Amino acid sequence: MAALKQEVIALNGDEAVAYAVKQCDVDVVAAYPITPQTIIVERFSEYVANGEVDTAFICVESEHSALTCCLTAAATGARAFTATASAGLALMHEILGVTSGCRAPVVMAIVNRALSAPINIHGDHSDSMAERDMGWIHIYAENSQEAYDSIIQAFRIAEHPEVLLPTLVGLDGFILSHTLENVHVLPDETVKRFVGERKLPLVRNHEGKLVPFKLDPENPITIGPLDLYDYYFEHKRQQEEAMRKAYDIIKEVHEEYAQLSGRRYGNGLVEPYRLEDAEIATVCIGSTAGTVKTVVDELREKGVKAGLLRIRVFRPLPVQDIIKWLSDKKAVAVMDRACSFGGNGGPLFHEIRHALYDLQNRPPVINYIYGLGGRDTPPYLIHHVYQNLQKIVETGRIEQLVNFIGLRE
Amino acid sequence: MSPEYKSWKEIPIAGVCWVPSTEYKTGDWRTYKPVWDSEKCIRCMLCHIYCPEGAIKYNAETDEMEFNYDFCKGCGICANECPKEAIKMVLEGKE
Repeated sequence: MAALKQEVIALNGDEAVAYAVKQCDVDVVAAYPITPQTIIVERFSEYVANGEVDTAFICVESEHSALTCCLTAAATGARAFTATASAGLALMHEILGVTSGCRAPVVMAIVNRALSAPINIHGDHSDSMAERDMGWIHIYAENSQEAYDSIIQAFRIAEHPEVLLPTLVGLDGFILSHTLENVHVLPDETVKRFVGERKLPLVRNHEGKLVPFKLDPENPITIGPLDLYDYYFEHKRQQEEAMRKAYDIIKEVHEEYAQLSGRRYGNGLVEPYRLEDAEIATVCIGSTAGTVKTVVDELREKGVKAGLLRIRVFRPLPVQDIIKWLSDKKAVAVMDRACSFGGNGGPLFHEIRHALYDLQNRPPVINYIYGLGGRDTPPYLIHHVYQNLQKIVETGRIEQLVNFIGLRE
Repeated sequence: MSPEYKSWKEIPIAGVCWVPSTEYKTGDWRTYKPVWDSEKCIRCMLCHIYCPEGAIKYNAETDEMEFNYDFCKGCGICANECPKEAIKMVLEGKE
């Protein structure tokens, strides 16, 4: 099927997110403004004020309440969205676990920003990486176009009856959130049809009846009550199962969307760039991939077999794709825009290295921590990473496993 | 874990209760057990009113206060409220 003709409009990353949410027929938006996410809330409240959407917009006093509103709305079968960043996400932490435990498919945009202290409003991944284990699906966008596309896909993924997991879409603070870009947008009706109505699975209630999974006075059920050593463990195992199922659903939804829009991001979970015949590769998340692709092109012109694997979905971790794309490389560098203090490397490094451990001949994998607090990461720094990878291939030796790049020594 | 418990594949998601709370017995949480003295009791029903679990009932046929030990968690509110000290909290197993 040929991709639809689409309107091109100039939007920054935050506006692209708000525009996507506008088209997704969302019932409830509850949010609290925080830089660099504020534009999402501002734009969306304008849509509400102008009567462009039929959404209950709840102004709350904190992010903790924002997510609580969305969680409870989603528990009634509604479609709910919120957005936050940095300290706002940290304040939500408790409710992140309640949301995934209640299997409430809330979609949330995280405009990735550094955590205090010292206070810093610029982009890095410290905020959402700190929420790695809260049972949310993590999708990270490389540009504003992808942020728009990912929000639309996120509702389908989160609300899939076999998944029912809250989903966050990360976009880099300022680099994406405040930078104008030409964004192709689908017609309203197309998005509405693609996202569709929420389909609720049936659950057995306390009377032994099968009823839709939602809080409804006609068919009352209890969601997320006290659960001790007798059943808590079983419910957590169900969340793990949902994550495993999400792998295929993410792929399917991404492919269906690609047919519609003509836009594809690898297989929806990882995006390889000139990686097929590459000998050395970097792995990264988010907007930095754009810079890395430019560097890869420059290196290829010089005959260096360089490639990139961009991790689009961090949870569920696409282990089989990581193995598929990296197992035959001669050296791999993982770029982390977050620091796991005392953890012998950043969070992405841990995951990639772990995924490759069982291979008979695994490539050497090194780590670069970069860009904390919005520190610029220009092409020459990425060149430095590839130069070091070439050196590792030549000498067969890693001098330093965990490195800091763009830092004054 | 006892075989009477269900596996993660058999239970509803999100902790949705598939049995009513009357079938989920919580009496084994109890450390102290209320023991009732018919002689001292004036049948004022304050224990019945105050019991947060609804575990104390008056049986009109036998004229006795009945304690449902499947649900009594041993909080001792009944003993505290009893104006006649007709309820004593006794360590479980020592009654």
